[in-house]
Amino acid sequence: MADHHQEEPFWRRYIFSVDHKVIGLQYAITAMLFLFFGFCLILVMRWNLAYPGEVVPIVGKLLSEEGMLTPDGYNSFGVMHGTIMIFLGVVPLAVGGFGNYVLPLQLGAPDMAFPKINMFSYWSFFVGGIFMLASFFLPQGPASSGWTMYAPLSVIATTGETVWLLGMVFLITSSLLGSINFIATVIQLRTKGLTWMRLPFFVWGQFVTAFLLLLAFPPLEAAAVLQLMDRVAGSSFFMTSGLYVGGEVLDVAGGGSPLLWQHLFWFLAHPEVYVLILPGMGIVAEVITNNTRKPLWGYRSIVYSAIFLGFMSFVVWAHHMFLTGMGTKMAAFFQTTTMIISIPSVIILSALFISLWGGSIRFNTPMLFALGFLPMFGIGGLTGLPLGLASSDIHLHDTYYVIGHFHYVVAPGTIFALFAGIYYWFPKVTGKRMNEGLGKIHFFGSFICMNGVFSPMFIQGLAGISRRLYDGGASYLHAEPVLQWNEFMTMAALGLGFFQFFFIANLFISLAKGEKVSSNPWEATTLDWAATPTPPLPHVNFENIPEVYHGPYEYSMKGGGNGQKDFTPQHESVKD
Amino acid sequence: MDVTQDLKKEINLYLKVFGALAILTAVTVAVASLKVGIGFAIIIAMVIAATKGSLVASFFMHLAHEKRLIYLLLVITLVLLLALFFITYGTIGDQVGVEIVS
Amino acid sequence: MQIPYTVTVRPDTGLYNAKLGIWLFLASEVMLFGGLFSAYILLRSGATSWFVGSEELSVPIGTFNTFVLILSSVTVVMSWASLRMNDLKKYKMYMGLTILLGLVFLVVKVLFEYMPKIEHHHIPSSHNFFAIYFVLTGLHALHVVGGLIVNGYLWGPGSKMWDTDPEQFLNRIEVAGLYWHFVDIIWIFLFPALYLL
Ligand code: HEM
Ligand SMILES: [Cu+2]
Repeated sequence: MADHHQEEPFWRRYIFSVDHKVIGLQYAITAMLFLFFGFCLILVMRWNLAYPGEVVPIVGKLLSEEGMLTPDGYNSFGVMHGTIMIFLGVVPLAVGGFGNYVLPLQLGAPDMAFPKINMFSYWSFFVGGIFMLASFFLPQGPASSGWTMYAPLSVIATTGETVWLLGMVFLITSSLLGSINFIATVIQLRTKGLTWMRLPFFVWGQFVTAFLLLLAFPPLEAAAVLQLMDRVAGSSFFMTSGLYVGGEVLDVAGGGSPLLWQHLFWFLAHPEVYVLILPGMGIVAEVITNNTRKPLWGYRSIVYSAIFLGFMSFVVWAHHMFLTGMGTKMAAFFQTTTMIISIPSVIILSALFISLWGGSIRFNTPMLFALGFLPMFGIGGLTGLPLGLASSDIHLHDTYYVIGHFHYVVAPGTIFALFAGIYYWFPKVTGKRMNEGLGKIHFFGSFICMNGVFSPMFIQGLAGISRRLYDGGASYLHAEPVLQWNEFMTMAALGLGFFQFFFIANLFISLAKGEKVSSNPWEATTLDWAATPTPPLPHVNFENIPEVYHGPYEYSMKGGGNGQKDFTPQHESVKD
Repeated sequence: MDVTQDLKKEINLYLKVFGALAILTAVTVAVASLKVGIGFAIIIAMVIAATKGSLVASFFMHLAHEKRLIYLLLVITLVLLLALFFITYGTIGDQVGVEIVS
Repeated sequence: MQIPYTVTVRPDTGLYNAKLGIWLFLASEVMLFGGLFSAYILLRSGATSWFVGSEELSVPIGTFNTFVLILSSVTVVMSWASLRMNDLKKYKMYMGLTILLGLVFLVVKVLFEYMPKIEHHHIPSSHNFFAIYFVLTGLHALHVVGGLIVNGYLWGPGSKMWDTDPEQFLNRIEVAGLYWHFVDIIWIFLFPALYLL
C-alpha cells in the first residue's frame, strides 16, 4: 500500500511533496519563522516609540549608520509588520498549516482533493514571501504607505510598493489555490457517515474561511493590478487631477478615485479578519471540548453562526471608511450590518464559555491557551463595537485604540489559539508530547505580557494618540498625560519576546526527547486522533478509511465509549 | 444504443444556440448605432449581454442541468458580486456635500 | 491509494472533484472581473470626461472577435461531444479548430487593436478610458492564453490519456471546456461595455 512511497527521493518527499501533511508542516514552519520576524520588526519599532530616535541595541547597526530607526524605516517596518503578520504569518499558519495538516485527517480523507495544486499553493506562497523579504534590500526600503496601501500615497511611493504588489499577487494566488482545495476536500472527501452536522467545528471554521478567501481576495487582486498599472504604466485609476507633490503638480491624466482603492481593499480586508479568527475558533472548540470532557454546547447554533458570520462579513466593509465623507444613509447601513455581525460572534463565544460549565477541566497547556483565548477575544470583540458606530468612530478612528482593539483579536486572540493548536497537535506530528512545565511558563508569561502590551493602547487611543506615529506622540501636547505608557508597553513587549524562548526551547527539547505518547494521548473523539496511527501514514493517512457513526464530541455520554471509557470515537460502531 | 441519438440532438441544440448568439451579437451592434439615450443604451446592451451569457452558461456549460451544489455556489457568488457593485456605487454616490466625485 | 472521486461521481453531490474545483475557480474569477467591472463603472460615472467606445475602438474588429470566440465555444463543446461518441479523430479536429480560433482572436487583438492604439498614443497614461480598456482586455487575453496552453496540451501530448484512462480524459475535456466558455462569457460582457457604450 504505502511502501512504494518509501523510495521517493528526498526532494520529492520533503520539498516538492504532494502529501498534505508535509505541505502543512512546510506552511507551519515557514509561517512561524515569519511570525518571529514580524515580531522582531515590531520590537524595534516599540523601542523607538519608548525612546524616539535613540540608538537601538543589538540590531542598531542594521538599521542606519547612526544605529537608530529612521522615520522612513519606521514607516516601512510598520507596513511589513502588518503584512507579514497577516499574510505571511497568521493565515499561513492557521489555514495553510493547521488546515492542511488536520483537515483531511478529521474528514477521513487520504489527502486533499487536489494534491498537486496544494503543492503549488505552498510554493506560490513561498515566492510571495521572498518578494516581501527581498523588498528590504531595495535602496529605498520596502513599501511604506501602511499595510492598507491607500492611494494616492501608495502610487507615488518608492519601488518597495511595486514589489509589495507583486508579492501580494503571488500570495493571493496561493490563497485561491488553497481555498479551492479546502472546499472541494470538505465537500467531496468526507468519509462515509460523516454528515455535515457530524463535522468537527474545526472543519467548519476552515470551510467558511476557505469561502471567504475564495470570494473576497479576487477584488483585491483586481485592485492590485490596477495599482500596478498606476505605478508602472502611468494610468490614473486611483489618482485625481491636480495633486501636488513637493510643491509641484503631478503629471498624471487624473480622473481616478482614491476611494475606489479603499473599497476594493476593504472588500477583502474585512472578511480577512474573519479569516484570521475562524480557524482559531475552530482550534479552541476542539481543545475545549476535549479537555472539559463534554460535548460542545450548542453545536448547531455555532455552526449556523459561523456560516452567517461568513456571509455577513462581505457587507460591512465600509465601516473602515466612515471618515471618508460617507453620507448618513450609507453610514446607517454599515452601522446596522456591523452591529448585526457582532451577534454570531457573541453566540460562538458564549457557547464556548458555556461549554466549560460543569466540565471536569484538565488544565494542560493547550487548554490554558484556549482558556486564555476566550476573554482576550472577548475584549477584542467588545472594543470593536464603538468603532462600528460612526459617531464614536470619529473620535477613535486611526488612534491607538484601533491598534489595541484588533491586536486583542489577533494577538492574544488568534495567536493564543494557534499556540493551543501547536501544543495540541504536536504529539500527532511527532509522536511526542511537549513539555508541560515549559508550556505553563510560556502561557502565564505571555498572558501577562500580552495584556501589558495591548491594554494601555486603549488609554492612549482614548486620549487621542494617533497610530503610525514615529515618536509615539512625544511631539504632541495632548499626548503628555499618557506618554509614560510607551515605555511600559515596550518593556512588556520585550517580556513577551523573552517568554517566547520558552516556547522555542520547548519545541526543540520535546522534539529531541519529549515523552512518547500513545496514538490517542488526549483521548479525543475526532478521526484525526482516534482513527489514524500517530504519526499518520505518509500519503494515505489511514490504514483503512474509517466510517463514521457519531457526532464529533461524544464525551461523557450515558452508555458511550462502550462502558469502558468516557468518550466515543466517531468511527466506533455501536456494536463492537 | 440511443446515446448517439441523444448526442445528435445535443449537437443540434448547440448549433441553434450558436445561431442565437450570432443574431444577438448583430442586434446589439445594430442597436448601438441607433442614437438612443445612454441610460437606455446601457440597459439594452446589458440585457442582451446577459441573455447571451446565460445561453452559453445554460447550454454550453450545461448549467441548465447541473447539480444543486453548483447552483448554490453561483447564487452566493452573484449575491456577493451585486453587493460589491451596488454598495460601492451607493457609497460613492452618498458623499457628504458632494455630487458624485469628479 | 487513489484519492476518491477523481474519476467517478460522488453519489450525494453528483460531482467529481475537478468539476467542483473548476466551478469554485470560476466563482473566484467572477469576483475578479467583477471587481474590475465595478472599478470601470465607478471611474466612468465619476469622470468629468469619457470617450464613446464606438468612436475610439473599432466596432467591426470587436464584432469579428466576438464571433471568433463564440465559434470557438461551439467547437470546444463539439470536441467534448465527439469524445463522448468515441471519436478521437473528430475530437482532435474540433479541439484543433478551437485552438486556431483562439489564436486568431489573439492575433487580431494584438495586431489590429493594441498596436495601432499604442502608435496613436492611446495608452493607459493618456486617459482612464484606455487604462481600463487595456486592463480588462489584457487580463481577458491572458485568460485566453492560459486556455490555449491547456487546450494545446489536451490536444497534443495530453490526449494519450484517452487510451489509458478515457473517463478521466473525458472529464478533463469537460473541465477545460467549462473554463473556455467562461472566458467567452467574459468577452460577451466586455464587448458591449467597452466598444458599444
Ligand atoms: C504579538 C505581538 C505584537 C505586537 C507587540 C504588535 C504591535 C503593534 C504595534 C505597536 C502597532 C502599531 C504601529 C504603529 O501604528 O506605528 C502594530 C500595527 C499592526 N499590527 Fe501588530 N503587533 C503584534 C502582533 C500582530 C499580529 C499577530 C498581527 C496580525 C495578525 C498584527 C497586525 C498588525 C497590523 C495589520 C498593524 C497595522 C500596520 C499599519 O499601521 O499599517 N500585529 N502592531
Ligand atoms: Cu472590518
